Amino acid sequence: MKNENHVRRRSKRIERLCLGPYSAWAVLFIVVPLIFVAYYAFTDNSFHFTTANITRFFTATSKVTDDSGAAKEVHTYLLIFGRSLKLAVISTILCLLMGYPAAYIISRSSARTQKIMITLIMIPMWMNFLIRTYAWMTILQDTGIFNSFLGLLRLRPVHIIGTESAVVIGMVYDYFPYMILPIYSVMAKMDIKLLEAARDLGCNGFGVLRRVIWPLSLPGVISGVNMVLIPSISTFYISQKLGNGKFYLIGDAIEGQYTANNLHFAAAIAFILMVVLLVAMAFMQRGANKKAVA
Amino acid sequence: MNKENKIIELKNVSKSFDGQVVLDNINLYICDNEFLTLLGPSGCGKTTTLRIIAGFETADEGDVIFLGDNINNLPPHKRNVNTVFQRYALFPHLNVFENVAFPLREKRVPKAEIEEKVSEMLKLVALSGFEKRSVTSLSGGQQQRVAIARALVNSPKVLLLDEPLAALDLKLRKDMQQELKKIQKATGITFVFVTHDQEEALSMSDTVVVMSEGRIQQIGTPIDIYNEPKNAFVADFIGESNILDGVMLEDRKVRFSGHVFACVDSGFGKQTPVDVVVRPEDVDIVPVEKGHLRGVVTSVTFLGVYYEIIVDINGFKWMIQTTDFVDVDERIGLYIEPDAIHIMEKSEYSGMFGDYSSFSMEMDEIGELEEEDLEELGEVVEAAEAESESAE
Repeated sequence: MKNENHVRRRSKRIERLCLGPYSAWAVLFIVVPLIFVAYYAFTDNSFHFTTANITRFFTATSKVTDDSGAAKEVHTYLLIFGRSLKLAVISTILCLLMGYPAAYIISRSSARTQKIMITLIMIPMWMNFLIRTYAWMTILQDTGIFNSFLGLLRLRPVHIIGTESAVVIGMVYDYFPYMILPIYSVMAKMDIKLLEAARDLGCNGFGVLRRVIWPLSLPGVISGVNMVLIPSISTFYISQKLGNGKFYLIGDAIEGQYTANNLHFAAAIAFILMVVLLVAMAFMQRGANKKAVA
Repeated sequence: MNKENKIIELKNVSKSFDGQVVLDNINLYICDNEFLTLLGPSGCGKTTTLRIIAGFETADEGDVIFLGDNINNLPPHKRNVNTVFQRYALFPHLNVFENVAFPLREKRVPKAEIEEKVSEMLKLVALSGFEKRSVTSLSGGQQQRVAIARALVNSPKVLLLDEPLAALDLKLRKDMQQELKKIQKATGITFVFVTHDQEEALSMSDTVVVMSEGRIQQIGTPIDIYNEPKNAFVADFIGESNILDGVMLEDRKVRFSGHVFACVDSGFGKQTPVDVVVRPEDVDIVPVEKGHLRGVVTSVTFLGVYYEIIVDINGFKWMIQTTDFVDVDERIGLYIEPDAIHIMEKSEYSGMFGDYSSFSMEMDEIGELEEEDLEELGEVVEAAEAESESAE
């Protein structure tokens, strides 16, 4: 008995030892930086407490001219934030609409096909993010590959680069694997007998999807949505390159303030973005839990 | 049971997977209210037969008739049959109540009626009060009951059960056998039950269908199947049998093991080679000089109610079950009554079974590896192959 306790205590100690490096890493590079972000967000240049940075985010205004040439006053950062949110949500929805059926089809194919498909999906991730974005620039330019291809087909060229569509295309391309992989991994583990049982109990194809596959794949969908929404809401590089810098996003704002050495305001924007995302994720998780129980 | 009233008929049904014949010209009818069991070893096609009735597989050839209508191309959700799956296949995201209510919700049954039907079903399977429990928190036996309730709540004409008791331990399995039989009597629903366990088949069924290598070997009542096996395969698979090479000299007279015996079978003609079955419990041990046959005991196993002994008679090892104690190396005589001898025509299975020279308990257990285990083994092998291919 005594010996057993001893062994247990020892294995506990080993466990803690194994966790050590990661814990140290997490504290040093995740917790401490977060504290710094919050600290900078609520201080001024001489490190006195202030809420001015936060207030500035909500109240700063600037004049813009709309398409008709009329000038108007807008809340700068709220507008930018709204635009980021819009593009991120559109990208996430597109990724989900394409990724969900694809993940299902892959998960139901032979083991060999599954391996090949998953590898194909992951290959672009091995390439550098910047190179991928530059590649899209060459593809989407007015005289780029895409328009040359249209020309070959004797179709009129389209103007894509520098539009919101180009930014969305870039985001969907970059973040698509992060949507499909978690959904696929949940679906691949799903017991095929459950789908047979649903059909046996009176479900047609759509019924099986709605009542069994969808609820069981929800955890994968949620992590997929999180993994696409969060990076795409804070991206800045894609919008600069594919949007020709015309679509200033919240990520661009943070980068801009940072490079302008405006650290405290950059931290404030980052802090607000983080809070909004955390609240959104919490709501999503709660919705999913409720659904799982019902 | 009404023999006239055929619910399901399989006519000349054949099925192959990847060129491998799984079902070879199956002809079978299932009557209203009967408890029919498809019995056979792994890979005999019994589960495929069930899946064709359920609609998960389509026959390559032949017809499936349900109450007079051809249902070859009817999808599973439109068939008035329900299935109890081998590992239950309960929906993990739904609680006990919602699992049982699943088919009713699909049919948009009014809420009050759902509550009533579900609680009636849970009562039938003795799970009242478990409504709100998560199915993953239940024991194997309880999950089994939920699966049965869920399959019965729609009042199907036929309930298909795919080795439903295989995952339960022995004691629980015996209880569930009784209970299933009771539920079948109470509901009057036709049960088609798949198992590789011959004891289970004999104790529960009205009709047993013995299958091997994709073909039906024999259809009959449990008593028929046990007492009048059609060929060496059936005789060996159902219970223990000594199966000997014999010659039918004339009606009611057969020679085997170098001795002429009186028997009760006739109609085989004269001087016809046959297979002779003698069940181990039908052999009497007598003093050497009084026996029809004489031999030496080579092993004795105590099994509680009786001893199982192996006797070497001119090189052929007989199994005998007896309550008399004999010792290893003892010379004994065997006495066989005429009605203990069963004569069968020669078949492709002649000579393959019925000699206990390689007998051991361990061998039996290896033989009972389940289909699923083999499938899993197959998957592992496949995965390993894919692995090595990708490594290249």
